[in-house]
Amino acid sequence: MDLGLNESQQMIKTGARDFLDRECPHTYVRAMEEDERGYTQDMWKKLADIGWLGLALPEQYQGTSGSFLDLCVLLEEMGRALLPGPFFSTVVLGGLSILDAGSDAQKQEFLPKIANGELILTFAITEPSARWDASGIKDVKATKQGDRWVINGTKLFVPNASVADYLLVAARTRQGQDPKQGITCFIVPAKAQGVSQTLLKTIASDRQSEVTFKNVTVPASAVLGQVDGGWAVVERAIDRASAATCCLMVGGAQRVIEMTVDYAKQRVQFGRPIGSFQAIQHHCANMAVDVEGARYIAYQAAWKVSEEPAAAAKEVAMAKAWCNEAYRRVCALAHQCHGAIGFTKEHNLQLYTRRAKGAELMYGDADYHRELVAQSIGL
Amino acid sequence: MDFRFGPEEEAFRQEVRGFLKQELPDDWFERNMDFEEEDGVAFARKFRKKLSDKGWLTMAWPKEYGGQAASHIKQLVFNEETAYWGVPAIDNGISMLGPILMMYGTERQKAYYLSGISKAQWVWAQGYSEPGAGSDLASLQTRAVEDGDDFVVSGSKIWNGAHGDADKMFLMARTNPDAPKHRGISFLLLDDMRMPGVTVTKIPRMWGRYRALVYLYNVRIPKANLVGEKDRGWYVGAALLDFERSGVGWVTRSRRVLDELVTFARETVVDGEPLGKKPLVRHALAEMAVETEALRLICYQVAWMQGHGQVPNKEASATKLFGTEIGHKMYDVGLQLLGMYGGLEPDSKWAPLRGRIENGWLTTFGHKIMGGSSEIQRNVIATRGLGLPRE
Repeated sequence: MDLGLNESQQMIKTGARDFLDRECPHTYVRAMEEDERGYTQDMWKKLADIGWLGLALPEQYQGTSGSFLDLCVLLEEMGRALLPGPFFSTVVLGGLSILDAGSDAQKQEFLPKIANGELILTFAITEPSARWDASGIKDVKATKQGDRWVINGTKLFVPNASVADYLLVAARTRQGQDPKQGITCFIVPAKAQGVSQTLLKTIASDRQSEVTFKNVTVPASAVLGQVDGGWAVVERAIDRASAATCCLMVGGAQRVIEMTVDYAKQRVQFGRPIGSFQAIQHHCANMAVDVEGARYIAYQAAWKVSEEPAAAAKEVAMAKAWCNEAYRRVCALAHQCHGAIGFTKEHNLQLYTRRAKGAELMYGDADYHRELVAQSIGL
Repeated sequence: MDFRFGPEEEAFRQEVRGFLKQELPDDWFERNMDFEEEDGVAFARKFRKKLSDKGWLTMAWPKEYGGQAASHIKQLVFNEETAYWGVPAIDNGISMLGPILMMYGTERQKAYYLSGISKAQWVWAQGYSEPGAGSDLASLQTRAVEDGDDFVVSGSKIWNGAHGDADKMFLMARTNPDAPKHRGISFLLLDDMRMPGVTVTKIPRMWGRYRALVYLYNVRIPKANLVGEKDRGWYVGAALLDFERSGVGWVTRSRRVLDELVTFARETVVDGEPLGKKPLVRHALAEMAVETEALRLICYQVAWMQGHGQVPNKEASATKLFGTEIGHKMYDVGLQLLGMYGGLEPDSKWAPLRGRIENGWLTTFGHKIMGGSSEIQRNVIATRGLGLPRE
């Protein structure tokens, strides 16, 4: 058993803390909430230059061969700093799915460009039904015409589609009894004819879109993974994204508790710091327990995805079920300790509260994951 | 990172489990035995003796005191297995008094008591709480007055296990009533609970079991049984040696209950389908699975930190707080599952799971108070862990 970070992970963590403190202050986060693209080209270039975009990609694709767990250490820091932009969708949703399921040609084509900061990707999974299971992939259909595929339908809640160069798209290619059969994934250029997208305004200001496909035609070489066997690709992508999101959430929750403790030490009412009142102390203690719980259950999921991706479903579901609620509880108590100032736009706490909710909704809420846990414990 | 136990630790777990299976009767979980009462006391004495013979009881102790200097993770495995199976294992003599004596005991005290404790010779009562000193333990009023070679002790000690045929008691008593409250307390060993002046009364609790209230009236304790310096007993009592203190037992006992509830939900048919098919039941049990997993990992982290020379502070309080809160919630869920049958006491032929859920639920009110209430744990986390000001 080893529950600590290794030396290189420790370096990733301190390096990330330094970089993000310097380059991603809350002023940047706020500016990007209003920005059309949601991130700056300058930031993207820096992320490529310091090697983060290729951190979890093998050297042969110009990455640095870090593990998924290494990437999660970095993501925890990003969650703490609230780094805006398409890093998550490009690397976790896009790059790792291609690495996992792509052909050699696809890997050669996409991965080095991702590592070098030349491409932005995302994965279009959910539809207006807003389901994360296989039956949610239903209305976006792809039909074979000759040696090409034609895609039609609407995807909803697609992160960063507005700035993406390529969309991975999970489409229904065959209708049958088992919704897990008959799904195929495609790599579709975001500017392909017939693709249109509309930005959605979301609670976390996280640039999700509605993406519509109207007779979008792609060659057979655009298929990612097996024809009709694409659920395996999607399922693994959701597992990775869930575990990774948990690590983002841990970083954010940790920052929220630090903010709250600092404030409770400084804020004076009734002639003493409010942090000396047990009512506030107990709120803070409850937050600390939630964050401790979140940290190890999130890392266990990240570790399992790293080591045994095909058998990580239970650990991932437990982590996401816990982190979803823990981060939300932490923010709620933080607001209680902060009083009225905490819910002003001007205060940074609201940046976290909104993102906690956003992260909770992505890749399955707690009810969804508890159902998966129920199945995994034999119910 | 690696969340797996090593092969040696896994082998040890199997060895402990094999031993327990061999030693325990088939209907062990049905018996719901209390180790401080009647047949339970005798069973516990014998069982601890067996664990001692295996060298497991004090495996955390250094070799010079009859231990094995076992790693924290190995201790964790042992504590997890014994908690899951609900057997009498590490008691307060081993976990509390032993470390105190190693740190503050005289050579004679170490030689005599540590060897006896490691051989499971005695049942110890803990003489800390008093009727007027609970969470504010340092306000305790039991007096110890010097008289020749003895201390003469009078007062009352409450909420201990003295009624469970205890042989000896370690206790804190006030030796200097004029000093500030933390600085006038001494730590003493009472060698014979059956001596004149010691009166043990039983306090029945709402789940049908007892704790003891012990009256001490002019009880003579030789000065040789003072541990550490006179008037420094508060600090002696606070001695913590670096033995596994993840509190993994709390969450492990809850996992045992969860396993029983899952089985019950799968096997019990209501309205033509197993309870476990009902969404409310699935979600309640899944939530408990998630919570116990989060806590299990915090406990592992505490043991792992200790193994790496780090001192857990807020984490150790967190496991007690969270562990007892989960315990209560687990039984809440259990009672919800059982509906009307949940109210039946263990003796009823109609009681599902032999009434263990009804009985267990009542006990969890006690768990959230004993050994530092949930509120005290939150205070510790906030002040010592997070550095919030005391005033």
